[in-house]
Amino acid sequence: MSWNEQGGDKDPWGGRRGDQAPPDIDEALKRLKEKVTAFTGKKGSGKGSGSGSGGGIGSVKNLLPIFFTGLLVLYGLAGVYQVDEKEQAVILRLGVYHNTVGSGLHWNPPLIDSVTVLGVTEERQYSTRGLMLTQDENIVEVALSVQYNIANAEDFILRLKTPETTLKQATDSALRHVVGSTGLDGVISTQREQIAIATADRLQALLDIYSSGINVVKINIEDARPPNEVKAAYDDVIEAREDLERLVNEAQAYSNGIIPEARGEAQRLREEAEGYSSQVVSKSEGEANRFVALLEEYKKAPQVTRERLYIDAIEKVMTDSTKILLDTEGGNNMLYLPLDKLGQVSSGSSSQRNNETSNEMIDRVANEVIEKLQRRGNQVQSERRR
Amino acid sequence: MSNITKLSLAGILLIVIVISNSIFVISEVERGVTLRFGQMIEADVKPGIHIKIPFVDDVRRFDARILTVDATPASFFTVEKKRLIVDSYAKWKIADVETYYKATGGVERVAENRLARRVNDGLRNQFGTRTLREVVSGERDLLMQNITEDLNSTVLAELGIQVVDVRVKRIDLPDEVSNQVYRRMTAERNKEAQELRSTGKERAEKIRASADRERTIELANAYRDAEKIRGEGDAEAARIYADAYERDPEFYSFMRSLTAYKSAFSNKGDIMLVEPDSDFFKYLNQQDSD
Repeated sequence: MSWNEQGGDKDPWGGRRGDQAPPDIDEALKRLKEKVTAFTGKKGSGKGSGSGSGGGIGSVKNLLPIFFTGLLVLYGLAGVYQVDEKEQAVILRLGVYHNTVGSGLHWNPPLIDSVTVLGVTEERQYSTRGLMLTQDENIVEVALSVQYNIANAEDFILRLKTPETTLKQATDSALRHVVGSTGLDGVISTQREQIAIATADRLQALLDIYSSGINVVKINIEDARPPNEVKAAYDDVIEAREDLERLVNEAQAYSNGIIPEARGEAQRLREEAEGYSSQVVSKSEGEANRFVALLEEYKKAPQVTRERLYIDAIEKVMTDSTKILLDTEGGNNMLYLPLDKLGQVSSGSSSQRNNETSNEMIDRVANEVIEKLQRRGNQVQSERRR
Repeated sequence: MSNITKLSLAGILLIVIVISNSIFVISEVERGVTLRFGQMIEADVKPGIHIKIPFVDDVRRFDARILTVDATPASFFTVEKKRLIVDSYAKWKIADVETYYKATGGVERVAENRLARRVNDGLRNQFGTRTLREVVSGERDLLMQNITEDLNSTVLAELGIQVVDVRVKRIDLPDEVSNQVYRRMTAERNKEAQELRSTGKERAEKIRASADRERTIELANAYRDAEKIRGEGDAEAARIYADAYERDPEFYSFMRSLTAYKSAFSNKGDIMLVEPDSDFFKYLNQQDSD
């Protein structure tokens, strides 16, 4: 059986040519091939297969050793490969696991050793999103990403057929298991971190069971929210929470508004009372002092002072008010006084014209009264004289 | 000359073909069986280089790594007759190459189909004895372990394979049940929203009430204080008045009356009907009084 039949991924030639051979070796091979082609006049065997018999045809026999030497050099060069710092190479010798080598320049005999170089330290990522059931039988949509690298290149290559697919499957399983053990509220809010950690632990345990050689670095829960079908209801809850805040704030504003106002008003009441108190006291003192002062003088000449005060006061009263002097003594004749009309006059609510007529009327009435009084006065006088 | 060359060339070619047919390499990731005219002569060929009789012996290779059966999602009923759509996978590997070859002819797909059917049967049995809640949260591990153990008790002997692990990837509810769940979730949220709003009103009302109470108390206290202050003022004033007026109550009475008359009849609208024989008019009536 030749190497080519073992499948592309294990072919050391394909593998090396494809990605790992340093450019200078490629260059060297190319040049060598060109030389061989020039010597033989035929196409050189690009594959460098084990038979190597094609080169034998040629009339110039002394070129054969050169040709075989060339093949040997080619074989030697083909075994050289380079492993990057971020890579490891798993070597199978005649199918059996031989060893794993780290970074640097290495040589393994082609055809005998099969070398698979694998990037191990570079972080890989897998993202997934889906609906899942929670412990309280609600449905939640979760998106997460797994960051992983390869801890064991040997296991990664040799123990599991499809390690990356396995990672995806195991992630789905682990995530759903963890979410299925958590309540909806926990998933969408408070316990995201715990879910990420628990999922990572569970996933790592599964991957270890499968000897996948994969190391889970970190799991990020990128999104955890209720499904679209119930989004409106959830948004409404958020809105309601805002409403609550708003109502409380409004009430607080009301409170902040009226309490200081009340304190101010209270202060006003007190101040006014103080003011009133001071006022009445001052007023009383003033009036008392005035009274006392007046009393001093009154006592000196009581009769006169009293008379003067009395007349002053009555004068003021008479001046300020409308008065009708009646002398009813001795007479029993009826006197007609249109009090209602007089009242109208003095109330001042009547119009100008009314006022005038009323004034005239008052004058007339007053004149009548005065005339009458005078007449009577005269009568009285004359009676008295008599 | 050229004939000799051609002959030797053919010889070399023949030798190469024979050699390449008589040695074979089993890789680390493989297991093999060797058949001689269809008869198994070596049941478990380990990794490494091996020799066989060219053109007589035949080598069959099988993947020795852990393989995956990704079952298509299937419907299962829980113990409370709820239908669930379950997506699962199983990890397995070839344990007994001979049995495996005999049972499946070495074709992976055949093995996978048979295993998938058994996994589904196992899941159906396990789901049938559990509630939805148990399946979703509590007993997943136990369920998986039971299925794995059940499968391993039969498949090793029958198929020559070992089941490493069976896992449920997803458990989904059918659409009609999902909609019910959505409705329930919506109702729960509505309840919560309502509660939040009512709580908001409650708190707001409490704050307002408390503010109102505080204002009322503040004003009442202020009124009390104010009245007290006024009272004190009035008392003080009364004392001062009394002190002063005590000296001559009669004169006070006289003065006070005069003041009252002045303020009582200060309006033009007040009409006085007076008799001229009052003291005020005594000179109006008789100028030549004694």
